Amino acid sequence: MPSYSITVNSQTRSVTADEDTPLLWILRDHLRLVGTKYGCGIAQCGACTIHIDGAPMRSCSVQISQLGDAEITTIEGLSAKGDHVLQQAWKDHDVPQCGYCQSGQIMTAAALIRDFPSASDGEITQTMNAHICRCGSYPKIHQAIKSVLS
Amino acid sequence: MSLTDTSRRDFIKVSAAAGGGLLLGVTWLTSCKQDTQLESPLPMPASWKEMSAYVKIGDTGRVTIFSPNPEIGQNVKTSMPMILAEELDVDWKDVIVQQAGLDTDNYTRQVAGGSQSIRQGWLPLRKAGAAVRAMLLMAAAEVWETQTTDLTTALGKVYHPDGRVLGYGQLASIAAAYDPPEDPPLKDLADFKIIGTGKENVDLHAIVTGAPLYGIDTYREGMLYAVIKRPPAHGKSLKSYDDSAARTVKGIVDVVQMQDKIAVLATSTWPAIKASKLLSATYTDDDPLENSEQHSKMLQEMISKPSASPRRDDGDIESAMAQADEILERSYEAPFLPHNPLEPMNFYADVTDEKVELHGPIQTPEWQLNRIAEALSRPKEDISIGMTRMGGGFGRRLYGNFVMEAALLSDQVRKPIQLLWTREDDMTEGPFRPASAYRIRAAIKDNSLSGYHITGAGYGMRNACRERFWPTGCIENYRVESHNLDSNIPTGAWRAPVTNFLAFAEQTFFDELAEKMKLDAVQLRLDLLEKFDVSLQEEVDYDPEPMRRVIEVARDRSSWNERGNRHLGFSCYFSHNSYVAEVAEAIIKDDIPQITKVWCVVDCGIVINPKGAINQVEGGIIDGIGHAMYGDLRFTDGAADVRNFDSFRLIRMSEIPEIDVHFIPSDKDPTGLGEPTLPPAGAAVANALYSATGTRIYNQPYVKKVVG
Ligand code: FES
Ligand code: FES
Repeated sequence: MPSYSITVNSQTRSVTADEDTPLLWILRDHLRLVGTKYGCGIAQCGACTIHIDGAPMRSCSVQISQLGDAEITTIEGLSAKGDHVLQQAWKDHDVPQCGYCQSGQIMTAAALIRDFPSASDGEITQTMNAHICRCGSYPKIHQAIKSVLS
Repeated sequence: MSLTDTSRRDFIKVSAAAGGGLLLGVTWLTSCKQDTQLESPLPMPASWKEMSAYVKIGDTGRVTIFSPNPEIGQNVKTSMPMILAEELDVDWKDVIVQQAGLDTDNYTRQVAGGSQSIRQGWLPLRKAGAAVRAMLLMAAAEVWETQTTDLTTALGKVYHPDGRVLGYGQLASIAAAYDPPEDPPLKDLADFKIIGTGKENVDLHAIVTGAPLYGIDTYREGMLYAVIKRPPAHGKSLKSYDDSAARTVKGIVDVVQMQDKIAVLATSTWPAIKASKLLSATYTDDDPLENSEQHSKMLQEMISKPSASPRRDDGDIESAMAQADEILERSYEAPFLPHNPLEPMNFYADVTDEKVELHGPIQTPEWQLNRIAEALSRPKEDISIGMTRMGGGFGRRLYGNFVMEAALLSDQVRKPIQLLWTREDDMTEGPFRPASAYRIRAAIKDNSLSGYHITGAGYGMRNACRERFWPTGCIENYRVESHNLDSNIPTGAWRAPVTNFLAFAEQTFFDELAEKMKLDAVQLRLDLLEKFDVSLQEEVDYDPEPMRRVIEVARDRSSWNERGNRHLGFSCYFSHNSYVAEVAEAIIKDDIPQITKVWCVVDCGIVINPKGAINQVEGGIIDGIGHAMYGDLRFTDGAADVRNFDSFRLIRMSEIPEIDVHFIPSDKDPTGLGEPTLPPAGAAVANALYSATGTRIYNQPYVKKVVG
C-alpha cells in the first residue's frame, strides 16, 4: 500500500492506505479525527465537510491520492480552543438537536462568513442548502450564521 | 451492568430506594465518558462522594448528575438533569452531566421513544433530587445540632437562620451516611429556578468541536471494522457466494457468512466497504417479492371493507349515513418511509469467554440486552451496554437488529468489532414506516355533522387508528375501524407512529368538510369540541378545554379571522398527551406555491427547557412538512427503489418556512414534545396549498402533485 504525507490542521501526518481511500476514512480511522462525519458517502449530505486549502469540500468524495500538499482543516482544527466565532454562535443559539450534521455545517459556514462577510439571507440559505440536517435545525443554523455577519 | 462485589460494599450505605428505583452509586459511574462541564466558578473537586445512582457531589461543591435515558437529539441529556437539579437546589452552573450506562437495578425505563422520557421521568427525577437534598439537610442539622425544619437551601448551600452556611461539598460525606427518605418534600412550582429557564444543550461544546461522542466514533485498541452485504431484496435468501475478489483488497482480515449475510472484516472502514461491493452472491427467492402497486391495491381494498370488530362504534353510523342530506367520502394513502437518521446504524461489540461488551447508539438498551443474552446463551450479568449520544433516531434505533448483528459477528469471530451500516444499508434494510391508507366518510344532516366513519389499514400496524384521540366523543354517530396487513418488508415505529399520516388524513378531511358545509375551518373544529359528550371523558385521552385553547390561540396569532386574501391552512391534533394547533401560509411565486410561514401553538404542560423545546417543535414541523412533501419509497420485486440521498429527497434549508412557536403557559405535569408537532404539520401545509392552488391533496408525498 502506498504511503502519503498530508497536512492536517497544520501538522504533517503520514498514512498508509490504498490510493482510492476517501479522505473521510483517512481522517476518521487513520488519524482518529472523528469530528468529520459519514452521512452518505456520495457528496449529498455535507456531514463530512472539511476545508482543503480553505475551500469547503466533501471529504467522502476526495481521494487520498488527489491531495498532494494541500492544507486540510477539519472541525478539530477550526480554532485552538473551540472558540471560532461560529462555534460560539452555535452555542449562543443552541443550534444542535442530535448534533451529527453540525461539524459539517460549521465548516461550510466558516468559509462563507470569511469569504462573504456581508452575505444576504438568501445567500446564506443558498450556501447551506448543500447540507442536510435530518433533525431540521435549519432555522437555528440560519440565525447563528446571520448573527456573526456584519 | 454487572457490579463487582467491591463496588457494592463501597457504596452499600446509601441503598434505600426512593422514587424511580433510586438505589446507590456504583463504580461504573466513574468510568462513564462524555463528561460535560459547564462554566462553573468552582474548581474541579479532588474527591467525590456518591449520593445516589443519579448524583455525586464533589468536595468543592460541584455536582455530577447522571442522565439515565438515551439521547437521540430530543435533548433529555439536558432536560432530565435539569429536573433533578431543580429539586436538589443547586446552581446549574455547578452541574456536570454524564450519560449513565444501562443499569436496570438503579433506573427505570432507560428508553428513548414515544415522547415518554420526560413524561415518565418527571416525578422520579424530582424525588431523586429532593431525596439527596433532604440527606444534605439532615447532615447540616447534625453538624449544627438543630432540626432540619429550621434550615433552608439555595444554590448548593444549606443556610442556618442565624446566618451560618455550609456548602453541599462540605456536607456530602456526612450526608451519604443517611438513608434517602422515601417521600421527600417537593418544591412548589412557583419556586422553580431552573425548570422553565432556557438551558444550553450540555453536549454543545463537544458537538461544535467535533469531539468523539457518537457510536460511530467508538474506537478500541485492536478492533476490526465490519461491513455487511445483505440480500438485495426483501424475500431473498443467500444461496452461495464468492469472496475471491473481495479478499484481494488490502486491509481485509476476514470474510464470513452470518445467516443470510456476508460480513467483511477489515483494519479500517474503507477496505471493508470496498470489499463488500466486490462480493458476488446468488440468492433464492422462496419468499414472495413484493411490489408497491400491490401494496397500494391491498390497502385500497382493505379500507373499503368492514372489519370484524370496529374499535369504536357510537350511535348508529349506518342510519346516519342513510338519513344524510349529503355524504363526503375521501381516501388517503402514504408510502413506506426509511427513518434516515444522519448517523447510520452502527455498534461496537466485543464478545469473549468472560464478557459481552456492547457500546453504541440504541434507544432500547434493556430490550437488546435481553435478546442478546438469549441469542448468545449468556447470562445477563456477562453483558454490558454503553450508551452513546445518537445522531438522530426518529424511531429507527428502537429496533436493535444492528446491535444483534454486531454481537453475533463478534461472537463468531471472537474479536472486537465496530459494525457500520452504509447509508445504502440503512435506507434499504428497514424497519420502515408502514405504508398506510384511510377512508373517511362523513354524513351531513341539516348542515351539521351527523356521522363520521374512518377505516384505516397499514402494513404491520396493529391499530391504524387512534380511537381514544380527538374527535372521538364529539360526534354522535361515530365508527372507527382498522385493518392490519402482513408483509415480509419489516415495519416499525417512525416518529409519531400512525398519527404521522392519520392526522394528515383527518385534518385535510375536516378542511374539505368545512368547505362543503360552508363553514370556517377553525369554527368547524370549535363547534365539534362544543359537542363533546362529557360522559365519555373516561373513554378518551384528551380534554376538550386545552384543545379549544390551542385552536383559538393559533387562530389569533395567525390573524386567521382577518386573513383576507392570504392563503392559510389550519390543522390541529392531540398526541403524546400534548395539544398542538398549526396554521400554514402559502404564497404563489413564479407560478410555484411555497409555504412561507407556520404558526404553532403547543400545550405540553410545564416546559422544562424552553430553548430545547423550541428546537423540538421546529424540528417536528420541518420533519412533518419534509416527508409529506417529498418522502417516498417504493418496492419493486422486494427491493427499495431509493438507496441514498441522491434518490431520497430530504427537506433542505431553502424549503422551510418561518416558524412562530408559542407555548401555552401551564402548571400541569410535562407531556411529550419530540413528536406531537409533527402530525398536524402535513395537513396545515396541504390545506394552505389548497387555498393557494385549488387542488386537494390526498396522498403523500405531494410535491409532484402541486409543483409539477
Ligand atoms: S458523507 Fe460526504 S457528503 Fe455525505
Ligand atoms: S442536528 Fe441532527 S442531523 Fe442536524
